[in-house]
Amino acid sequence: MEEILKIEHLVKTFGTNEVLKDIDFSVFKGDVISIIGSSGSGKSTLLRCINMLEEATGGKILYHGKNILDGEIDEDSYRTKVGMVFQSFNLFANLNVLDNCMIGQIKVLKRSKEEAKKYALDYLSKVGMAQYIEAKPRQLSGGQKQRVAIARALAMEPEVLLFDEPTSALDPEMVGEVLDVMQNLAESGMTMLVVTHEMAFARSVSNRVVYMADGKIEEEGSPEEIFSNPKSQRTKDFLSRFNEK
Amino acid sequence: MTVGEMNFFQRMIYIVQDYGSSLLKGAATTMVIAIICTLLGCVIGFAVGLIQTTEPHKKDGIIKRGILKVVKVILTAYVEVFRGTPMMLQAAFIFYGMSQLFGINLGMWSAAIIIVSVNTGAYMAETVRGGILSVDPGQSEGARAIGMTHVQTMVNIILPQALRNIMPQIGNNLIINIKDTCVLSIIGTVELFFTFRSISGALYMYFEAATVTMAIYFILTFTCSRILRAIENRMDGPADFNLATTDTLAFTSGMTKYNAEKGGTH
Repeated sequence: MEEILKIEHLVKTFGTNEVLKDIDFSVFKGDVISIIGSSGSGKSTLLRCINMLEEATGGKILYHGKNILDGEIDEDSYRTKVGMVFQSFNLFANLNVLDNCMIGQIKVLKRSKEEAKKYALDYLSKVGMAQYIEAKPRQLSGGQKQRVAIARALAMEPEVLLFDEPTSALDPEMVGEVLDVMQNLAESGMTMLVVTHEMAFARSVSNRVVYMADGKIEEEGSPEEIFSNPKSQRTKDFLSRFNEK
Repeated sequence: MTVGEMNFFQRMIYIVQDYGSSLLKGAATTMVIAIICTLLGCVIGFAVGLIQTTEPHKKDGIIKRGILKVVKVILTAYVEVFRGTPMMLQAAFIFYGMSQLFGINLGMWSAAIIIVSVNTGAYMAETVRGGILSVDPGQSEGARAIGMTHVQTMVNIILPQALRNIMPQIGNNLIINIKDTCVLSIIGTVELFFTFRSISGALYMYFEAATVTMAIYFILTFTCSRILRAIENRMDGPADFNLATTDTLAFTSGMTKYNAEKGGTH
């Protein structure tokens, strides 16, 4: 299988605080990887390092064999290949839904307006938001905003899509609509890296689960291995705390 | 009837009849200077505010960082000096300084425009900086995450929102400028306040002339503030939106048909 991303000995420190300690793992085409773990374990930082929103302190991030950390490839064009969906949606408040999904295509990918609109409408209908193209972000619910944010990322046709706790800021009744969209995406073969607290999603949708603790990967394996038969005691403790809830 | 026999209102009418055209001319000069200088001040303010909020890129070399640092120090000095001294003195300083030091005699208009715009720019720089900082940084990240450059992000996402957020302050500046152009009378600019002084000096009707001139100033500022409020409402766009549906049954429920040609981007 084609290896898209390979992370080697990744280290990230904020001042003297070591948030990521020697992270190693790979993302293959078609992978749906869930990253689970307690708050503060470094999950989001890992995702932000991969998207270069944070600058890694050490190690390598290889994108098709090229290290993005030593400037071998252009940062902005790399970002179009590795999309990101944020916990707080981060939609552009001054643009309506359609323009949110078009602006990156026009400005970055240099697509024509008509072409960009075609892609935008296509992906907006995939997430069930095609009716709302005239709405401004402030007029939408949280779940709707997140679905638009997913469409915006998809319209750039990335190779990998990173999700940073996409449902954590949502009211409980809106979590489902976003997870449904993500599940459809996963089934369509999209390569995804999902930081999540939704254990049911991690278990049923992903093909690999990574459990992080204290800035390290404590355990990695298939959902079956992690959820039914965890090897590490820390993984067991974490999962049992979740099951109690 | 001599002037001495007139009452307060008759004197005001007398001023308006005899000096109405000078007052209008003065008011026009005041408005032209205030509008041009507020616009130029905004341009200066946006330029300065943008540079002040620019962080050096992590890959920039020491020279680029050094230049940015020096430029920022100079701009900060500009902002502090022009905010921190009276515009009346700045007017005298620039107007007489230019002629004494460089032998340049600024005309009334160019002197007035330079002084008021540079002064407005100093205030606007801080306003713009605040406007940029007021836009949630998540949107910058959202733009960076789809590969937009810093400039693209600023122009398309951050500045339009910053501009909307600082519109009330731009309006404030315009109104302040309408009133504060009166300090230009020190360099002989014939604006509304200068006209007032001429009239009151010629007729010895200080109270009446002041009342008429104040009324004119108030009409100018009040009209401007109403117009600016209308512009703000326009920038906000409609409070509701149309669903893009072709389901004809939905129209009976009060929904309007989506206009595909307009593209919903208005």
